[in-house]
Amino acid sequence: MKFLALALLAGTPFYGLGNYLLHLVIMCLLWGYVYTSWSIMGRLGLVSFGHGAFLGIGAYSVVMLWNHFGVSPWIGALAGVVASALVAVIIGLPCFRFKIVGHYFALVTLALSEVTRLVIVALRDQTGGSLGATPNTALAQGNPWSLGALQFSDKIVWFYAILVVWLAGLWVWTKVDRGMTRLALEAISQEEEAAASIGINVTRSKLFVTLISAVMTSIGGVLYAQYQLYINPETVSGIGISLQMVFGVIVGGMFVVLGPTVGAVFTLLLSEGLRLALGDAFKQFPALDLAIYGLMLVLFIIYLPKGILGTATDAWRKHSSARAAARR
Amino acid sequence: MEVFDIFLLEAVLNGILLGGLLALLSLGLNLIFGVIDVVWICYAEMIMIGMYAVYALHVQQHWPLLAAMAAGIAFVALLGALMHQFVIRPVLSAEPINQLLVTGGVLFFLQAAATLAFGIEFKNLGVRLPPVSIGEMSFSLPRIIAFMVAVAGVAVTWLFLTRSYLGTAIRAISQDRAIMPLMGVNPDRIFVVTSALGGALAGLSACLLVLQYDIHPAIGLSFGPITFLICVLGGLGNMLGGLAAAFIFAQFISVGGFIFAIEWGYVIAFVFFIAVMFWRPQGLLGGK
Repeated sequence: MKFLALALLAGTPFYGLGNYLLHLVIMCLLWGYVYTSWSIMGRLGLVSFGHGAFLGIGAYSVVMLWNHFGVSPWIGALAGVVASALVAVIIGLPCFRFKIVGHYFALVTLALSEVTRLVIVALRDQTGGSLGATPNTALAQGNPWSLGALQFSDKIVWFYAILVVWLAGLWVWTKVDRGMTRLALEAISQEEEAAASIGINVTRSKLFVTLISAVMTSIGGVLYAQYQLYINPETVSGIGISLQMVFGVIVGGMFVVLGPTVGAVFTLLLSEGLRLALGDAFKQFPALDLAIYGLMLVLFIIYLPKGILGTATDAWRKHSSARAAARR
Repeated sequence: MEVFDIFLLEAVLNGILLGGLLALLSLGLNLIFGVIDVVWICYAEMIMIGMYAVYALHVQQHWPLLAAMAAGIAFVALLGALMHQFVIRPVLSAEPINQLLVTGGVLFFLQAAATLAFGIEFKNLGVRLPPVSIGEMSFSLPRIIAFMVAVAGVAVTWLFLTRSYLGTAIRAISQDRAIMPLMGVNPDRIFVVTSALGGALAGLSACLLVLQYDIHPAIGLSFGPITFLICVLGGLGNMLGGLAAAFIFAQFISVGGFIFAIEWGYVIAFVFFIAVMFWRPQGLLGGK
């Protein structure tokens, strides 16, 4: 069943979908991966409003190193990952040691994502400021791809690259889900003092998931920059994108492995679907999708706090156990 | 060297003026947090709606400016009450983080609603007040007005909370939510009143901001984060702390922005915030 679905998904480029639909699928997978990365810590009670920082660090490290120093994006990506891990430790360690949780954690990380955005804007001589930046192209003279520069004009290459990364993200999610750290962190999010008293190292457990989540998110930033070949401070850092990640996960469902991906698919389909359905009218109402999205978020958090997939899974389980009971 | 000093002095004085405004911005949010224990992430967006309300009434409907402002304040106050009734009340007993997130949904909604109604173009009132010069320093008149009104607004709120029956009930609820219903105070009513009051303060801030800045749907994102951080820095719900934090933040932004560039002023302020959180997580003046 699982493998059949995967095989179906892997065949996507050969269904003759055309560039636009393939692009949509790639974006779903990419954001699905980023949302999955966020949910690794978010579902364990560490609700971060600062993941825009990691996305931005990943995206800007790779593009800046390439444009200014000609450093290959492969090394640039590594630099971005290391930088994100460092920032995660610098912010995470004191937060966890001094027991900054809940609202306060959310707001400290919010400050972090704003700091990242402002630094990118302030370094406008290097980064292009709010106008954004484009990696120098390595695809001159009809050369369709350059592995060293991590630039491919063919969407199929990107589809498979991002599919693999997305699967890896899901694999990490399941690993964390089945590991001891999850149990430890669940205990911590219930009652931190009690968890510490039975010998759980609170700081280390939290730092562990934070590091994984931050590093994965920054890889998402690298992929976004290399795939879109354009980044700007608003789309990869700051409060807007950070909140978008949180909400994508909530809409999809935080506690099931495919929940964040469902959230990404749902949000993308909502805006694209409205664009297609409304046609020309959409141009007159440019923010209609955002309005519906905001309204749905409010309704979701009030009525479906487990998200689309979480609620569906629960309903399915209830249904099948009721059937099993009836059979008996 | 002397010229440098007078510009630095100008930056410091401008910082004080900005501080008054920031104090007013964070006061409503702080009040709501102190009483209802919910952070409205969308608070800055309510201010944005207030700015558009003043713009629509004054520029599009040709109301006199002061009447438009009064109506704007009333409108945002109503919005605050509705916000509590329809968004916060259903999640009052949910996890705290869900309460934070639900207001984030409202943030997107309000932003989109403003875009639908007014488009993404920058709008302004078209009121241009002349700058005030003192010696070699010059200050913008709207900023001075904003400072004075903000100080008056803070003072009136303070008097309301300490001198009136309703204000006393609000403070009592914020100190002990479980016991007050037993003393004959209806918490539901107090929550709605507080939300409306917070909304009215957002409306007042909107009237002051609209004199200085152009309006666009994303303007909330530019001063929203700073507003929350001020509240947290002062100790969430601690209004005196919020006032102190507003003036400290304003100095970082103004003087830091004067010495480096304006974004660096904000960066320094935010980094300072993160550092203080590690040193005193309960806020500058917050109790243990």
